[in-house]
Amino acid sequence: MRRSGWFWLSIGALYFIIPLAATAEFSFKDGYSYSFAAYREIFDDPQFRDTFFLSLKLAIATIIVALLLFIPTVYWVHLRLPRLRPAVQFISALPFVVPPIVLIVGILYVYNYQWVPGKYLGSPYYLVPGYVVLAFPFMFFALDNAFRAIDVHTLTEASQSLGAGWTRTLWRVILPNISTGAIAAAFLTFALVMGEFTMASLALFNTFPTYINYIGQTKANPAAALTIISFGITWLALLGILLVGRRPGRAAVQVGGAR
Amino acid sequence: MPLVWLGVAPFFAWALAFLLVPAGALLIGAFRTQDGQFTSEFVREIFKGTSLEAYKKSIEISLITALLGGALGFLIAYAALAPGAPRIVRPALMTFSGVAANFGGVPLAFAFISTLGTVGLATRALDQLGINLYDHGFTLFGFWGLVVTYLYFQIPLMILVISPAIDGLKGEWREAASNLGATSTQYWRHVGLPVLLPSILGSMVLLFGGSFAAYATAYSLTSGHIALVPLQIGELINGNILSDPHQAYALAFGMVIVIAVAMSIYFVLDRRASRWRRHVQ
Repeated sequence: MRRSGWFWLSIGALYFIIPLAATAEFSFKDGYSYSFAAYREIFDDPQFRDTFFLSLKLAIATIIVALLLFIPTVYWVHLRLPRLRPAVQFISALPFVVPPIVLIVGILYVYNYQWVPGKYLGSPYYLVPGYVVLAFPFMFFALDNAFRAIDVHTLTEASQSLGAGWTRTLWRVILPNISTGAIAAAFLTFALVMGEFTMASLALFNTFPTYINYIGQTKANPAAALTIISFGITWLALLGILLVGRRPGRAAVQVGGAR
Repeated sequence: MPLVWLGVAPFFAWALAFLLVPAGALLIGAFRTQDGQFTSEFVREIFKGTSLEAYKKSIEISLITALLGGALGFLIAYAALAPGAPRIVRPALMTFSGVAANFGGVPLAFAFISTLGTVGLATRALDQLGINLYDHGFTLFGFWGLVVTYLYFQIPLMILVISPAIDGLKGEWREAASNLGATSTQYWRHVGLPVLLPSILGSMVLLFGGSFAAYATAYSLTSGHIALVPLQIGELINGNILSDPHQAYALAFGMVIVIAVAMSIYFVLDRRASRWRRHVQ
């Protein structure tokens, strides 16, 4: 490799590492020495636990709904409606270009008190339909890749000629064969929801990211600690994808919309 | 309608209910007053004063971060994918890029406050070297601070989307060029760049969209003090009870128009890029 190549790689590495190192240093800083005080303060804060677990629940709900929506859709498109694949792909890629702020403003406008019963308006699960939309690109591209790698027709015919119905075929034959794609999509969706600020903030729900912002306005060191925790969540999610055996570098799968 | 279509009905219903209808409703909302009367007041307001300024600033910051992020991302990706790079470089770069591209929002703002804020690590280190950033007019909480921060997700995004195009550059082309006596500069000027340019520009359009849409980082970094369209929308929706949400619908719809224009450019470029891809495969 040429010298200029190393130069640009070092620039990239420094740009990636320095902000993290600076944040880590800041999070451990305690007067003139270092300690875990900022982390202890965060973990002792009941609001941290409440918002963290709320975001966790929203992430799980989003993943379940999105997988239930996409696995049958992508399966059916590959099996019976290949003509519709461009349309499904196009719509699935739309959230990449429709800003989350536009999406939530539209959702708040359409689904307001005139239409939606109060108990749903006041529940943070109000966010889940929009989060599922934000997960569209992850879901489609990861599952589409997975389905392309298997022979859907042969598997389906084999399963049905042995007497399995649609549900059994999907659950026992198709799912195990596309599980790496489904898990990759799930991890990316998890990272997305755990970091989603725009929609939660505009709809006035207190999730983990809005809590990070709130802490950041008042306490500097705990905010740095939360930043490290949040970065750790993104790391774990991306590492999870590597561990279930996806090759890294399949760009389309890893790219989501803006925050 | 044939029964097989029922299999994809839930997906299309979901997309309609929670994506297409909400986005489309904003067009109607932009032309209405609170009590349902037609008005073009809010849309005309976009082209005046602070709203116009916000669009200019949003487009400006998106163009700059797309160009800078695109150029840096390309150079880094090319360095890592070039023949002769150690084998570990590629998967490492892709993994780090995946993490950094997905790391954004509020925590990203705090990471840069710890780095380039008034008492940030890099600010202090440079100060000891005799360079005081803030004396030289730099502030993390203004336009250029936002540019530096956005690049943290723009560069890795570029690396992820441009890598397939770089992989598509054939080694034979380079050999053929040098057999015909071309220098490295001539190869890039007449072969490499013309082939890659549509992909590079197309990827930059995606980066443009990423910066244009970003809300959380700017909100957290500047406490809403910089005039960008997403921040103005946020302010109108839950900042002030006297403000009219219909002005927010008009601003949001304006964003959709800007993105749609950017996307049309992307599709034209992508078609040109795929012409080469066909030869490649």
